[in-house]
Parts: sequence; C-alpha cells; structure tokens
Amino acid sequence: MPAPSPAEQFATLERQGATLRFGMWLFLTSELLLFSGFFALYGAYRATYSADFQAALHHNTLAYGSVNTYVLLTSSFTVALSVSAIRRGAGKAASAWLGLSALFGLAFLVIKAAEYGVHIHEGALPGHWYRFREAPTLGGARFYTLYWITTGAHALHVTGGIGVLLWLAWHARRGRYLPEYHPTFEMGTLYWHFVDVMWIFIWPIFYLT
Amino acid sequence: MIAVKLEPEPMALPPDYLHAKQGPMSWLTTTDHKRIALMFYGAVLVMFLLGGVFALLFRTELLSPRRDIMDATTYNKLFTWHGIVMVWLFLIPSIPNIFGNFILPLQLGARDLAFPRLNLASFYVYLVGATIVLSGLFAGGTDTGWTFYMPYSENTPVTLFPVVFGIFVVGISSIFTGLNFIATVHMLRAEGMTWRRLPLFTWSIYATSIILVLATPVLGLSLILVGLDHVFHLGVFDPATGGDPVLFQHLFWFYSHPAVYIMILPAMGVISEVVPTFAHRRPSSYAAIALSSLGIAFGGFLAWGHHMFVAGISTLDAGVFGIFSMFVAVFSAIKVFTWVATLYRGDIVFSTPLLYFFGFLFLFVFGGMTGVAVATQSLDVHWHDTYFIVAHFHFIMVGGSLTSFLAAAHYWFPKMFGRLYSERVGLLAASLVFMGFVLTFLPQFLLGNAGMPRRYYSYPAEYQWLHVLSTGGSYLLGSAVLLALGNLALALAYGARSEQNPWEARTFEWLSPSPPPEHNFESPPVIDREPYAFDLSEEQIRARAFPG
Repeated sequence: MPAPSPAEQFATLERQGATLRFGMWLFLTSELLLFSGFFALYGAYRATYSADFQAALHHNTLAYGSVNTYVLLTSSFTVALSVSAIRRGAGKAASAWLGLSALFGLAFLVIKAAEYGVHIHEGALPGHWYRFREAPTLGGARFYTLYWITTGAHALHVTGGIGVLLWLAWHARRGRYLPEYHPTFEMGTLYWHFVDVMWIFIWPIFYLT
Repeated sequence: MIAVKLEPEPMALPPDYLHAKQGPMSWLTTTDHKRIALMFYGAVLVMFLLGGVFALLFRTELLSPRRDIMDATTYNKLFTWHGIVMVWLFLIPSIPNIFGNFILPLQLGARDLAFPRLNLASFYVYLVGATIVLSGLFAGGTDTGWTFYMPYSENTPVTLFPVVFGIFVVGISSIFTGLNFIATVHMLRAEGMTWRRLPLFTWSIYATSIILVLATPVLGLSLILVGLDHVFHLGVFDPATGGDPVLFQHLFWFYSHPAVYIMILPAMGVISEVVPTFAHRRPSSYAAIALSSLGIAFGGFLAWGHHMFVAGISTLDAGVFGIFSMFVAVFSAIKVFTWVATLYRGDIVFSTPLLYFFGFLFLFVFGGMTGVAVATQSLDVHWHDTYFIVAHFHFIMVGGSLTSFLAAAHYWFPKMFGRLYSERVGLLAASLVFMGFVLTFLPQFLLGNAGMPRRYYSYPAEYQWLHVLSTGGSYLLGSAVLLALGNLALALAYGARSEQNPWEARTFEWLSPSPPPEHNFESPPVIDREPYAFDLSEEQIRARAFPG
C-alpha cells in the first residue's frame, strides 16, 4: 500500500499527524474541564457535608469499584498492546487487542449496571428519589446525587469509547493504519486512556476515602 | 485544426470560491472554510433578527406602566428568549464562526482550517442545537431568564429541558470551532508567519478559542444538570434536598463570565484591523494589543464572582473578585488607548467600518467604566438586578459586539463577495445604529439608578418617560440594523465590482483575490514582513500570491 498523501491544507504528512495529535490533546483538555465540573461539585458539597459524605461513602461496595478499576486498567493495557501491534504492522493483531479491550469496557459497564441495580434496590437514588435507610441524611442524598451523575457521565464516555475502539478495530483489520503513519489510531486509543484516567479519580472519591 | 496560443491569458486566475463549484449539494457538503463561514452567516443572521423581534415585543409592552399586550408570564418568556437567542445563538458564534472562519486561514496564509470536516460538523451541530433550542422555546418553554438561576429553574411550570439541551449542543459546536482555530494557528501558519507576525484579528480569535475550549464544557455541564433537576428532580442545586443554588451560580458564571469575553474579544480583533486600515497607520503598539487579548482571556477566568456580590459570598471573596474584575478593565483600557493612538496623525478615511469603531469606542468605554463601578461591592449592592446592570452589559457586551459585527460585515464585504456596498447608506445606518443604541440603553442607566428592577413587566408611573425613550430607541435601533443589513444585501446583487483591496488595507488577507479562489493560495505563501506592512502595488501583490 502506498504511503498516503497529506490533505491539501498540510505541507507534509508529519505536519498532518502532529496537527491531529495537537487537536486531540485540545479536545481532551476540554473533556477534562467537563469532568472538573463534577469534581468541583463534589469538593464543594463534601466541604459542606463532610461527615455525611464519609458515612455514605462506606455504604458503597468497595468490591464493585475496585474490580471495575482493575478491569478498566487492564483494558488500557490491552489498548497499549494494540498500538504496538500497529507499529509492527500487524493490523489483525491490533484489531484483536482492541476487540478484547472493548470486551473489558463492556464488562465494566455490566458490573456498573449490577451495582446500579443494588443502589436502586436500596433506594440510594439521586435527589428527591433518595430513600436510602442506612444514610438518611441530607449529605447522603448529596453524595448519591453526585455519585449517579458523575459515574453516569463516565459510563456514557465508556460507551462512546467502546464505539471508538470498535471503529478503530474495524479499520485496523482492513489495514488502514500504516506502521509509519497512524495518528488517527493513536488518538482514538488516547481517548480510551483518558476515560480510564478519569475513573482513577472517580474511584477514590466515591469508594475509598 | 489546432489553435496555437501565442500568449497566456492575462487574467488566468482560478474561479473564486463562490463559483468554483455549483449546486446546493456543493454548499451543503463543502469543507471550504469560506463557504462554511457563509452558511454560518445566514444561520446566525436569522437568529439575530429573531432575538431582535423578541426584544421589540417586550419593549412595546413596557411603553406603559400597566399590562398592554402581554401578561407577566409571556413577558418573562420573551426576555428569556431574547437573552437565550442573542447570547447563545447570535453573539457567541457571530464573529468567530463567520469572520474568524473566513479570514483566519487567509491571514495565516493557510489553504483551509486544520480540520475542515470538523468545521462542517460544527455548522451542522450548531443547526441541530439551534433547532432544539427554538423548538423548546416555541413549544411554550422557559421563563427563567437566560441565566437559569436555581431554584426557580427547577420548579418553573414551563418546559426547560429542550432549551438547555439545545444550548449544550450548540456548545459542542463552539468547542469544535475553538479547537479548530487553535490547531490552525499553531500548525498551519505559512512559512515566515511567526507569532509576532500574526495579524491582531487572528490573535483575538486565538484568545477567544482558548476560552471556548476551556469554559464551554463547564457551562454545558451545569445547564444539563439544571435540566435534569427540572425534569427528574435530581436536586443537584435544590436547597430542599440540601443542594446549594449559589453553587450553580458559581459554575454558570465560571463559563458565562468568560463568555462575555468570547463576545467582546473577537470584536476587539475586528476593531484592531479596521483602525489601522482606515487610519493608514500601523497599530501604535502591536504587542500591547496582542498581549492584552491574552490578558483578557486569562483575567476573564478570575472575575466570575462579581455576579454574586449579593448572593451570599464573603466580603473578602467579593473584594478579591472585584479587584480581578478591574484587572480586565486595565487590559481593555490598554487596547482603547492603543486604538486611539493609532488614529493620531493617521491619514484617516471616514468610512462605514471606522464609523462603527467610533460608536464602539463610546459604548465600550462607557460600558467599561460602569463595569468598574459595579465591580465595587458598595455600589453593586445598590445597582444589582436593576436596569443599571442591564444597561451596563448591553453597552459593553452588546454595543461592543454589535458595532464590531457590523464593522466586520462592511469591512470584509468586498473580500467575501467582491462587491462594494453603498457608502452613504452605510454611513447613515452606522449613525442610526449608534443613536438608536444610546437612546435605548442610556435611559436604562437612569432607570436602574432610580431603582427600577430588571425583569418586571409593570412599573410605577414615574418611570414611564424613560421607558418610552428606551422603547423608541429600540425601534430606531431595529430599523437601523435592518437598513445596514439591507444595504449589504442589495450590494450582493447590485453592488459595483470591488477591486482586490478597495481599502488599501495592509494586512495579508487582502493579498489573495477578492473573492478568494477555492484554495486561497495557489502555492504556499512566504511571509517576509510585519503584519501591517503589506502595502504593495497591484502587480507585486499578484506576483506574490500567484508566482509563475
């Protein structure tokens, strides 16, 4: 397959790749600011309802959150393996690694859904729907409101990320990414890592301390 | 039989971007930044006229102290619709998405934006978002004011979610556009186009884009949460379940205060091009204007608390936010002095864009000085939520942006369409816009100072004469805007053909033909001088843009 030529606005292919990378980092900065809104809300309410937050936090099952952290970190590892496969020119292998990563992502969502099921059963729901007997406090209601919207937004990002991984896997399988030029592939996987990194911040504030 | 061409054709230019391809599909699927800019132009103008009609309707209601043509709820809806449509669907996308899109690559010497398909996507995302917003409004929705303050927004009986969701979608379009501009400025500058050679309009669009990328997601998030609170009673900001409504104000203004600079920075960029061109002088300090744009973009992120002086923040916080707000005024003043100094000893040509600059100067300085006044706690307590605030932000944010928007529409009209508008009508319209604007909002300063609160459809009879003046001014303003736009619309069809550079402007974008060909430059241009020194002869220009 011949090396692709740059789009008309770019002088060289290197420039085009560098611009794609730059654009993706800008997009991730924007996404980071989105999540920073959730973290700011958490910080503000935790400062107000410190004791209630700690009490409510210990009602969250550590196992769900921690297993999910493990699953998501492993998926990032297999995504990284897919990038090195692309660099070797092994499109099929890369595709397989991404498929596996998408399965991990799906597993994350399934575990999350099971945990949501438990919360619904307990009445640990947001806002006016909050009926959780074990932490019947205003702060507890705050905590679970933030828990639902933050993890919910994150789960939406995981879902989008799975879509990106599958799209990349499809194109990798058809040999669209060359060992010497594959910024689209790299940037797609970068998005997955970003979703993973966000969870690394969500996990401690809702499960650990 | 073969005809032998002895000489090359004298004007062997490629067709311009308007004629390079034909048919509606060539527009709807284009990735040419110039065509996308024009599509934004059309869409944004529709929003502008719509927002204006809402304003004229409720100004008519305010002609008399009692109920005339609408009840309180309708009135509340109309000022809300006016704010939402004008801020999110007109002012924020106006200059960046139209003139930024069109001019930025030309000023950089680039063939297009870095991500042309993303640019097209930005347009369609905007259309979808605007459609959702408008359908939400027309389905009877939203009487909360454009600020969606809690807890009223959670409990209002009218629909809310489609509107905030639509604004969220429009925000995605803003992020796409901002990201695209930043990447283009960083990666697609022509050879020799160093950072110190960037035209000032490009600098201001760059600073604006940084705000768009960083602040929009937080706004999107807080508005979606308000919508969810309204529909599902999540109570994120609802005091009934322990939520904090002031927290919403913090999140909202963390974006929406910088958003004021999203509206005014591009306006300053336009002014920074118009003044040197019509004064026939270089900007008296390039660095001062360029760096103060970044200063405003940065300082604008630290000023949001001044919207909450009476919402229960501490005196210390209020003082700190007040001082940060004044820093922004310092950067703005640097710009004002630089523009005025550029005029000094200039060879001034009194033209429509420059007349808009004079209007801008008055509105911006007056609005800015009242802004410094309301940034002090003691005065703000008196003026908060009165017409004084309404008049203040209309002067600085709307007056500044609207005059610059119209200045840009006139200044780059020959560049975009290759035609000239009627200068006399243009000058007349610019004068009327200014008079209408001042007549609309100057009485509102007085009303506010006399104690008239904002957002009421009835008022004590002693305020009436000022309200009548204000409403009369709004009719004049509306007619003047129509006159200005009508003048341009007529010139599209009947205007005289323009030369490539009718203003003798000295910036780089005028070196390409007007209107430019599809790919802007036939070969990559090389920039060999400062940004305001491209005053070459016609032949030199052509040789430079089309070597060989």
